[in-house]
Amino acid sequence: MVAYLSSLRLQPLLNALPGGVAQGLIWGVMALGVYLTFRMLGFSDLSVDGSIATGGAVTVVLILKGVNPELSLIACFVAGALAGIVTALLNTKLGIPAILAGILTQISLYSINLKILGKANQAINTTKVNLLFSSNIKLIGKTILIAGVVCVLLISLIYWYLGTEQGSGIRATGTNPHMAKAQGINTDNMTIITLALSNGLVALAGGILAQYQAYADINMGRGAIVIGLAAVIIGEVIGEAVMGKHLNFYGRLVFVVIGGIIYYSVYVFVLWLKFPSSLMKLLTAVVVAIFLAVPYLRAQSKSSFAHLKRVNKKKAKEAK
Amino acid sequence: MLEVKDIYKTFNPGTITEKKALNGVSLTLNDGDFVTVIGSNGAGKSTLLNALAGVWPVDSGSIMIDGVDVSAMPVHERAKFIGRVFQDPMMGTAAGMQIEENLALAARRGKSRGLRVGIRKEERQNYKEMLKELDLGLEDRLAAKVGLLSGGQRQALTLLMATLQKPSLLLLDEHTAALDPKTAEKVLQLTVKLVEEHNLTTFMVTHNMKDALKYGNKLIMMCDGKIIFEAEGEEKKKLQVADLLAKFNVAGGVVTDAMMLG
Repeated sequence: MVAYLSSLRLQPLLNALPGGVAQGLIWGVMALGVYLTFRMLGFSDLSVDGSIATGGAVTVVLILKGVNPELSLIACFVAGALAGIVTALLNTKLGIPAILAGILTQISLYSINLKILGKANQAINTTKVNLLFSSNIKLIGKTILIAGVVCVLLISLIYWYLGTEQGSGIRATGTNPHMAKAQGINTDNMTIITLALSNGLVALAGGILAQYQAYADINMGRGAIVIGLAAVIIGEVIGEAVMGKHLNFYGRLVFVVIGGIIYYSVYVFVLWLKFPSSLMKLLTAVVVAIFLAVPYLRAQSKSSFAHLKRVNKKKAKEAK
Repeated sequence: MLEVKDIYKTFNPGTITEKKALNGVSLTLNDGDFVTVIGSNGAGKSTLLNALAGVWPVDSGSIMIDGVDVSAMPVHERAKFIGRVFQDPMMGTAAGMQIEENLALAARRGKSRGLRVGIRKEERQNYKEMLKELDLGLEDRLAAKVGLLSGGQRQALTLLMATLQKPSLLLLDEHTAALDPKTAEKVLQLTVKLVEEHNLTTFMVTHNMKDALKYGNKLIMMCDGKIIFEAEGEEKKKLQVADLLAKFNVAGGVVTDAMMLG
């Protein structure tokens, strides 16, 4: 134990933290996309595991072809949006359950991403191209700044959009589709639009991530939905704990990104503790399960049969 | 004006659970008509209402509203013409959204929803005044989530939403059945007030014979997916509960406690 503790040095942690923050911001963009489907529409969209890699593949291939890196991110968004539309059409027009529709898109994107990328992974030579986002320790400050600005811009856009007539239609579709239809809202179209925007954001995050790490990998999206959910849920729990009743909708969106930053900071910290990196996905799943269970368990501790049993037992004891 | 011509609907055709729910129903309502619809369980009252709302397509026949054939339009397209209040108070409003947001959604029924702001400032003032008239204390809670309201409050709000944009046809599906008697009475009073104020063509399904006799200028009785009795104007005014029971017995319908006692 002493040997283990003395082997931990503070400097590597401090060196790694900025990278964690940068990755957290990038995954925050992805989590904003997940938030749109998962929280606004109540649609568990699994296609994001595929569309994040699509974003990575598109940006790398375009940059290698000489396209401006910033412009290539727009192409990422469009490619992701198309993938989202496919999932939405499978669900709304062909009657396939949401989760299955997402899985079908995700698995087909694996082939499509391979086709785009040409091989399983492809790197960008950062000495030849100037990228906005970089994991290079000297450029990490600039990366964090730009990623932060991107997040603020996206949060503001989403906040504005969900307040428009169309955005209200999306929220109504998510909370009560019967009511939405009775008010003349085409709920199918709302689902299509939301999935397009969501997967567009996810692919944009994939594109930024590929630029950050200077390569795209066919497997870079594996388990992405779990990380996205982790950011959304950690953000919500912490946001509500910190802000309480003052947490407005803009704040909720900000905390989604903060959730991403917290997730990656913890990730870096746990790795620093020499937790085996091969177990990180397991750890992520456990963390998400715990955070998902917190609201349920909290309610159960106040009112459940088990709770009643405990209370009655205690009373019986006191009566004796 | 509503013109229903000879509509049929069979659920689960060709199976053991086959149910001929609508068996050649025709009905005409002129502008400003208020029809009450009664019948025992399974008579086809709510099925007829759902057919009008467009929940599913009818097997044959046509439905015209204001001269437009809406038979082939799904719910969201027909919504342009129809205001609807459900039996379940939870169904007509979006629980997770604010009172004013629900009203703003209803104010845009049948209109295209673009990138304009969801609620304009002057709308808010308007809603506040409308809610004040409801006298439920909602006028100071515009920003409260609808999920926090009671069933009666939600039903009253749904009514207001259904009539915010004047509908060509107002559909009420036993909309007071889930409320306690006192609240039910209040919601019915509000219904009458709104219907008279806007001269709405109204189709009200009810289990309660007294209400069916008390409200509206027209009454229809359904049994086995058919309209078996119709009365309007003076004839309807003279009707008594006993007359309706007699009609029920002739048709072999089952009179439930709810119809008698309600």
